Amino acid sequence: MSQKPQPPSHGLTACPNPECGEPVDPRDRYCGACGHDLSATVEQPAGQDRPTMPIAAPVWPEAPPREPGSLSTMTQHPGELPGTDSGGHALPAAPVRTDGPAAPPAGPVAAPAGEPAGGPAAGPAGGAAAPPSGETVRGGGDFELAAPDPRAAVRVDPAGGPTADPGGDAAAGDVPPGDVPEGVCVACRAGRVDGDGYCENCGHAQPRERDHMEREFPTVAAVSDRGLRHHRNEDSFSIREAVLPGGRPAAVAVVCDGVSSAHRPDEASAAAARTAGRVLGEALPRGTHPQQAMHEAIVAAAEAVTALARTGGDDTAPDSLHGGNSPACTIVGSVVADGLLVVGWVGDSRAYWVPDDRTAPAARLTEDDSWAAQMVKAGLMNEAQAYADERAHAITGWLGADAYELEPHTAAFKPDRPGVVVVCTDGLWNYAEAAETMARVLPADAALRPLPAARALVGHALDGGGHDNITVALLPFVPPPAGAGSS
Amino acid sequence: MANFAKPSVPQFSVDVYQNAYLPDGGRDVDAVVTVTATGGGTSGATGFTAGGPAGVVIVVDCSGSMNYPPAKMEGARAATAAAVDTLRDGTSFAVVAGTHVATPVYPGDGRLAVAGPRTRAEAKQALARLTPDGGTAIGTWLRLADALLGGEDLAIRHAVLLTDGRNEHESPEALRAALDACAGRFTCDARGVGTDWEVKEVTGIASALLGSADIVADPAGLAADFTAMMENVMGKGVADVALRLWTPVGAELVFVKQVAPAVADLTGRRADTGPRAGDYPTGSWGDESRDYHVRVRVPANTVGQEMLAARVSLILPDPAGGEARPVSQGLIRAVWTHDVAMATAINPQVAHYTGQAELADAIQQGLDARKSGDRDGATAKLGRAVQLAAASGNADTAKLLSKVVDVVDAAAGTVRLKAKVAEADEMTLETRSTKTVRVKR
Repeated sequence: MSQKPQPPSHGLTACPNPECGEPVDPRDRYCGACGHDLSATVEQPAGQDRPTMPIAAPVWPEAPPREPGSLSTMTQHPGELPGTDSGGHALPAAPVRTDGPAAPPAGPVAAPAGEPAGGPAAGPAGGAAAPPSGETVRGGGDFELAAPDPRAAVRVDPAGGPTADPGGDAAAGDVPPGDVPEGVCVACRAGRVDGDGYCENCGHAQPRERDHMEREFPTVAAVSDRGLRHHRNEDSFSIREAVLPGGRPAAVAVVCDGVSSAHRPDEASAAAARTAGRVLGEALPRGTHPQQAMHEAIVAAAEAVTALARTGGDDTAPDSLHGGNSPACTIVGSVVADGLLVVGWVGDSRAYWVPDDRTAPAARLTEDDSWAAQMVKAGLMNEAQAYADERAHAITGWLGADAYELEPHTAAFKPDRPGVVVVCTDGLWNYAEAAETMARVLPADAALRPLPAARALVGHALDGGGHDNITVALLPFVPPPAGAGSS
Repeated sequence: MANFAKPSVPQFSVDVYQNAYLPDGGRDVDAVVTVTATGGGTSGATGFTAGGPAGVVIVVDCSGSMNYPPAKMEGARAATAAAVDTLRDGTSFAVVAGTHVATPVYPGDGRLAVAGPRTRAEAKQALARLTPDGGTAIGTWLRLADALLGGEDLAIRHAVLLTDGRNEHESPEALRAALDACAGRFTCDARGVGTDWEVKEVTGIASALLGSADIVADPAGLAADFTAMMENVMGKGVADVALRLWTPVGAELVFVKQVAPAVADLTGRRADTGPRAGDYPTGSWGDESRDYHVRVRVPANTVGQEMLAARVSLILPDPAGGEARPVSQGLIRAVWTHDVAMATAINPQVAHYTGQAELADAIQQGLDARKSGDRDGATAKLGRAVQLAAASGNADTAKLLSKVVDVVDAAAGTVRLKAKVAEADEMTLETRSTKTVRVKR
């Protein structure tokens, strides 16, 4: 748009292409004659096939070492997670404007030895082949993430006007039922199905629309499954693509897990996912900062779930277990837009970052609102003790009328390399708790084929026992190409 | 199709209370089904019910013993007069004198009279013909009531039966046969006056004919009791209502019990209606609410599965003579879970009525033990009854129990048998042992 970022200096005066040799300006990213990517031409020292991070180089969060016997990695607060922009600079304290990278990328100048430089606009695959090596950077490793205070977000001038959302929405409930023979029981194959969804012969409940749901867009995909031990799917999700002012795409995923000990958890998760997805789909095209939009989306989702408590609903088992418990659910959402990775959550559903280069460390991006996490955070217990307690998985934050206080957590990251954001409920992460485990079970081609990868993760949880409903959304992330915003 | 908008036809609603969750391999599903009828005869107060008027036959024991003391016969006449006065205009009625045979006293021509100022006056005059002389053969009384009620097109068919002695002049089998013949044809409230009658005979009649049973130890109380009974009958809006239960293949209905306002086992009263469904009679309904406890044994299933264990619906007869139709329904579900806390929780309604049914059994067994001289057994059972009555807040039953035993510690169920117990108190406790209270909600 209007803002041109300061291009990086690569120190070249002539195009390194042996067949070209055209003089270039140090600030050019591409050769004006042959189009050679100047930023990718700095040779690595011989024999170095993996980038070595200088002290001041960008450091994507390392997964902290696991304590022996621990069930969880150390929890990290968003503000503690090291994160930098693609040039290794500290992220600005004020959220990044979305009409153009506010922090001028320093521009990675490294490429693996012998790797032909791909175009900067190459897709995840091309990007994945180019693990960045940090150039010397200003500012050093002393940085902080964008403050997760969404009020500080800068509103974008929607000069381009709100753009229609070509991606549309894919709320989980929209999925049509599978190819069950019309009106015949799937259990006994003898009886017909009555109006309540039970077989008139053997009484078995018929598969429901929500038992297994899949949705896919080119830049985001999600799968939700009932699992093997629960009688219904109380998870829900909403994914969509949106277009930012200026035409740049954004991918949105929201995943919710209904609280089983409350009334109508399935309705709660559906309402929360649907509402949060809609709010994000409306806010992003208007130019709202993704982190601000995420905050608003969680607040709106909380209101939607709270509103359920005021409506009757039709719970056919008004048993004492749910004595007056308002509908409730967790929420975790992620927006990938404009080189920015935003997550927001309440409860114990999680988001993980898995770089395409699996040798780079993966990280958990969220911190559970759970009893165990609180205990560890407060220093009252170590991880092993906390997670051994039967209260470990009790959540301390949720959306619903009886939530003590709504505290939407949001965080923004600027990963410096391509990867995949895994947004999931505990039905998945119970079987891949540590970030490195999640990275191991995530298929290598997840960035290219997110839907099959999401299915594979659900399969991993089912193989592990499928004790809970499983929902996972995958959002491939590609760092902004060098020179983005200038063309 | 009937017009359900008619104010005098009750609207039925069905609510199911259960814990649907079963452990892995669990099979028994318990549910309390609350059936509530609203907008029926009492609120309509139009004098006519859905398919036509009500018919009532009052059967008064005129055996010789009714003269000892003479107050019994006097009380019976006064009570019958009060009942006739309570009849709404247009109600068909008759009065029958019961001895070793049944004699129509009014109108006396093998038909029913239609209530009005003239017929009421005639009926009360005719009560002078109620004279104690003869034996007791209750089966014959019921058969005459059936003949009288069956001769007319009536929406509600009801009898009130008063006896003061044992059914000595016919065999128990004859009474049984008469009850079987009459079941489903009319409903009957049975009353015992004095203390010389057999509790099980009177409660058996009421149970078979879906009416109430009670004791009126003092004949002076008969008039008030008859008035109340008649008001209850006049409030009925629809008869021959059935509870239909559908169960899936492989499932078995362990029991179906009415548990409020009183315990009545309906399990053996099933009439099969089509594949996997059966109807259980509930008699006639006014504005009232009754609770049923249903236990279904379903085939074991794996965790994560869900099935419909039973579908409960209310079946109303079509006044036009067409097929009976379901008017309201509820679902009893079974969901298998690995969550032990969910699977082992007991629904409070189910727990409460399980306790109320046990209370009725404990009283019955305790009194039987007491009669047979088993003081230890009686003490244990009646102690348990005291404990259950106190825990469930069944104050009426607790009061009746305290006339039979000295309560040392109600919470612990510690009691001592009273050395002297008035016969009326023991019979009252036995007759009313099935009365339940509802859950405090």
